[in-house]
Amino acid sequence: MGHTMAEALLGSASNTERVSPGDHVVCEVDVVMTQDIHTPGIAYVLEEMGVEELHDPSRVVVVLDHEAPSHSVTNATEKAGIREFVKQHPGVTFYDVGTGISHEVLPEKGHIRPGELVVGSDSHTVSHGAFGAASTGLGDTDIAYALATGENWFRVPESVAFDIKGSFGEHVSSKDLLLYIAGEYGTDVARYRAVEFRGPGVESLPLDDRITLTNMSIELGAKFGFTPVDDVVTEYVEGRTDEPFDPIHADPDAEYAETHEIDVTDLEPQVAVPHDVENVHPISAVDPVEVDQVFLGSCTNGKYEDLRVAAEIIEGHEVAPMTRFLITPASREIYGRAERDGLIRIFNDAGGVVTSPTCGACPGLGMGVLGEGEVCLAAQNRNFKGRMGHDDSEIYLSSPATAAATAITGRITDRREV
Amino acid sequence: MTYEGTAHVFGDNVNTDYITPTDYFSEPIETIAEHVFEPIAPDFHDVFEPGDVVVGGENFGSGSSRETAPKALKVKGVSVVVAESFSRLFYRNGVAIGLPVVTAPGVTAVVSDGDDVAVDLEAGVVQNETTDESVETEPMSPALRSVYDAGGLLEHYDRHPEGLTLE
Repeated sequence: MGHTMAEALLGSASNTERVSPGDHVVCEVDVVMTQDIHTPGIAYVLEEMGVEELHDPSRVVVVLDHEAPSHSVTNATEKAGIREFVKQHPGVTFYDVGTGISHEVLPEKGHIRPGELVVGSDSHTVSHGAFGAASTGLGDTDIAYALATGENWFRVPESVAFDIKGSFGEHVSSKDLLLYIAGEYGTDVARYRAVEFRGPGVESLPLDDRITLTNMSIELGAKFGFTPVDDVVTEYVEGRTDEPFDPIHADPDAEYAETHEIDVTDLEPQVAVPHDVENVHPISAVDPVEVDQVFLGSCTNGKYEDLRVAAEIIEGHEVAPMTRFLITPASREIYGRAERDGLIRIFNDAGGVVTSPTCGACPGLGMGVLGEGEVCLAAQNRNFKGRMGHDDSEIYLSSPATAAATAITGRITDRREV
Repeated sequence: MTYEGTAHVFGDNVNTDYITPTDYFSEPIETIAEHVFEPIAPDFHDVFEPGDVVVGGENFGSGSSRETAPKALKVKGVSVVVAESFSRLFYRNGVAIGLPVVTAPGVTAVVSDGDDVAVDLEAGVVQNETTDESVETEPMSPALRSVYDAGGLLEHYDRHPEGLTLE
């Protein structure tokens, strides 16, 4: 019997020839990422442990992305503490406010390589499965342990495969597919499991659109999310790092707990209505609710492709009166490219608000929080009650295309109607 | 070890934003603990007594990696969290910080909000003392027990500075 991606990667990381679902293994980690929300807590745990030197600072990356720049004195003081922590540990790679969201920055800067094991103090660390890395989130204590010892324990998960057939319609994207899966199979279909998105429907996608799937696999409960490791991936990685790497693939005879086949040919744009990611309906079945804010950004939808698609739709239009349209590129690199290619000008001319790269509005930690009773249509990953602001605000989730169309009309709108 | 207390029962998919709202991220854990479950159960703090038991449905603790979620419950005085199932991160963080997390399929069918319950970790039983019904718990894997029995990952590190042993 062959290995799934998760089994092959955890077998490799633990130097174990054969691992099976349910096994617990101790693995050496290749990269440890910490972001600003959790670095202070992690530093505190290290202090409790009496650890003064990290096991291998060269494997550690600290990114200030969540509340960036700070908008309170408390947070600014906390961030100063993080910079002190970085200074105390020479060799740690540090990306300050403005570089971008960790899940975008790490691959851009060459920290993510196929075949490796990555842990991060953020649940969307699963994103890097698009590069063939076993990559997952951990809490403060587990991260601190990995920083101190270079290792941690992992349970080998079962795997679920989604075989994606057909090709996406013109205004339909991988975000619509992911929302469809959450609605159809539930947000716990991959709870404590790994997900593999496979097949021609995925292989034909640009890397940015594959990342949307692995990134939001956490919204299906997953420990790891993977898309195929092909030339698209290896060429990207080779362009970003000189470090050697050894891609790992699933075996054809690997065993999956579940396999689902989805043909995306006739898939409609999808919308998740408040307050759960699995409350998903095709856009034709969603009321054209008036929105106060439209948000395009986050580690899920602040990528270059996301901005490009949205700019194409909104070019020559204006944002609807009494509606605000926030656009947050996921990194400085994306911002620069979007500027050179004219996307920033298109958003600005349309009346949009382009912000500096940050997680920002998505977790309610930046500009763009929602007031009492306000409604937001967001191309991001979560629509939990109160996430973007007031407990009595509402979040609808959609693709970047639906977001752009909605910004034009001020009500939830199918891109095919504008 | 048996934990006895009043049950506070929640539904499915209680996410970490509900357990520890983002508004209090930069506050000390003691402050965060005073706001747990605020978006979905603002009355929780009026009825909660230290030692009480939190009962969740499927996928308890979904969402973010934030360890403050189990930690705030521990600081609040929650003795044990029993759920139909847990999100991976909440469960793992519970183990790491030494908050008892117990999977008990069927628990929400036999325990209602306000019932008195006894959770016996060794016997693997959740007993509803109000209705006299009970449900079995899933045993924790032996590998995790070594971390858990130490009281959490830090305590395990104190005992095993040479590294993790999962036997």
